[in-house]
Amino acid sequence: MSMHFLSVEGLRKAYPASGAAANPPVFEDIHFGIGKGEFVCIIGHSGCGKTTILNVLAGLEEPSGGAVIMDGREVKGPSLDRGVVFQGHALMPWMSVLGNVAFAVKSKWPDWSRAAVEAHCTKYLGMVGLGHALHKKPAELSGGMKQRVGIARAFAIQPKMLLLDEPFGALDALTRGTIQDELLKIVQATGQTVFMITHDVDEAILLADKVILMSNGPLAKIAEIVDITMPRSRTRTDMHHDPQFYRIRNHLVDFLVHRSKN
Amino acid sequence: MFRKQAFKAALLSLLILALFLGAWSLATYRKDAPATSADAEYAALMGKGRSTGFPTPAKVGEAFVTYLSEPFYDRGPNDKGIGIQVTHSLWRVGLGFALAVAVALPLGFAIGMSPLLFQALDPFIQLLKPISPLAWMPLALYSLKDSDVSGIFVIFICSLWPMLINTAFGVASVRRDWINVARTLEVGPLRKAFQVILPAAAPTILTGMRISMGIAWLVIVAAEMLVGGTGIGYFVWNEWNNLALPNVIFAVVMIGLVGMVLDQLFGRLQKLVTYREQ
Ligand SMILES: Nc1ncnc2c1ncn2[C@@H]1O[C@H](COP(=O)(O)OP(=O)(O)OP(=O)(O)O)[C@@H](O)[C@H]1O
Ligand SMILES: [Mg+2]
Repeated sequence: MSMHFLSVEGLRKAYPASGAAANPPVFEDIHFGIGKGEFVCIIGHSGCGKTTILNVLAGLEEPSGGAVIMDGREVKGPSLDRGVVFQGHALMPWMSVLGNVAFAVKSKWPDWSRAAVEAHCTKYLGMVGLGHALHKKPAELSGGMKQRVGIARAFAIQPKMLLLDEPFGALDALTRGTIQDELLKIVQATGQTVFMITHDVDEAILLADKVILMSNGPLAKIAEIVDITMPRSRTRTDMHHDPQFYRIRNHLVDFLVHRSKN
Repeated sequence: MFRKQAFKAALLSLLILALFLGAWSLATYRKDAPATSADAEYAALMGKGRSTGFPTPAKVGEAFVTYLSEPFYDRGPNDKGIGIQVTHSLWRVGLGFALAVAVALPLGFAIGMSPLLFQALDPFIQLLKPISPLAWMPLALYSLKDSDVSGIFVIFICSLWPMLINTAFGVASVRRDWINVARTLEVGPLRKAFQVILPAAAPTILTGMRISMGIAWLVIVAAEMLVGGTGIGYFVWNEWNNLALPNVIFAVVMIGLVGMVLDQLFGRLQKLVTYREQ
């Protein structure tokens, strides 16, 4: 019914009760759409169900009600069409940086030659500035570097859509800034469709075309969807000179502080 | 600084060894007190040399020299070199252990992956695990009708449990994130088993193997004492029947040495598959 690339219709998730009392649904009645090439951020307080929504979009978890439709087909399970960057990078520590990305690339293109796989991985690791660390193990990397390997792994399989779960959550402000810039560059170059969870209002304004605001759980809902109307060419260093910046920022912060309660 | 400490520790070890040997000499010297070699020979002739008191370090040293200078001689069923005996024991342990690996790894994998199977098999494992492996010996001898095969079976049964339990535990506690990565990449079940779950669980599995090997080496000595024929355990028993205590002490030290080497070997393997998280 919608013309969106991805549409979420009437999504609801309730976990089975652990004690005597029945669990109320974490969220219900979630509707939104994402157009092709759009960058959408979702913001909400901790525990409102953002990761759960992302897992349902990824096909890792089943909703209790409603459906997710991508590219005209219902999402029924995980797929190489949707690349995921996990909240805690999720690199396999026994593989090198190159090995981790190659594992993903070989899954997507099983009959590529070794040289082709390596060249492809090297290209994507170069894009996130890790060309010099190909043969290191994840334990030898800083937190920011690990997160960048996770991003390269997700990009390298050229998914139709990227799902990012607080990819910069564990990073200090400086590293976070540089990686945001890198992500922005890659996304603008590839026209990738992205759904990203964040806690950081400035990050959302910098990266997103659209910000989804969720009210607090349980029974969380989508409170508002805010269009970021600033020009797409915004950068981290000059976006706050834009006359719209503070209006949008205040609106989002206001929501989180005052209006997020159901 | 670190090297200095290693050097000091080695020196201290030598000192402790010297003290031990000294105390041993002193203790056995007084009891034996064969002042001249003629006396000793006389005592031996009278059949007393062996039974009067505990052997001196020198006597045990002699046993070391005789056995180690010709480890692989074979003069009939009751007189074989130590090398041959140890090889027999290692062969039994190796075979029983390999069989246990062949059962414990796939079964442990299945149990670790399936909570249903885990619950169904848990009571059996809990019941079978605490049974002393030697208690199986009569049943094994009766049904397998061969002492050699029974020995191997006992090794099999005692190495099975630690490996089975550790494999199941290692597989069950592979981080959810890694499984999810494999799922989003649509990785097939075999590739997932060998490239994600196995390496993730390998350190735990190898810990199980190391424990199993340690137990197997403990058990083989007792098993060979029971069934006889060949092996280091039989050697100990045989020498005890001959009342050749220096030889018994020699064999005891050899058992310790071989056990240590086996343990170190598995320690190496363990290091090889261990990964550092974070
Ligand atoms: N497996 C589970 N069983 C029961 N309840 C769960 C389970 N997973 C999540 N929940 C509940 O669902 C709610 C939403 O969890 P979710 O991880 O989606 O939150 P989030 O918005 O991502 O939070 P954060 O910002 O802290 O990451 C929480 O209240 C949590 O307790
Ligand atoms: Mg979360």
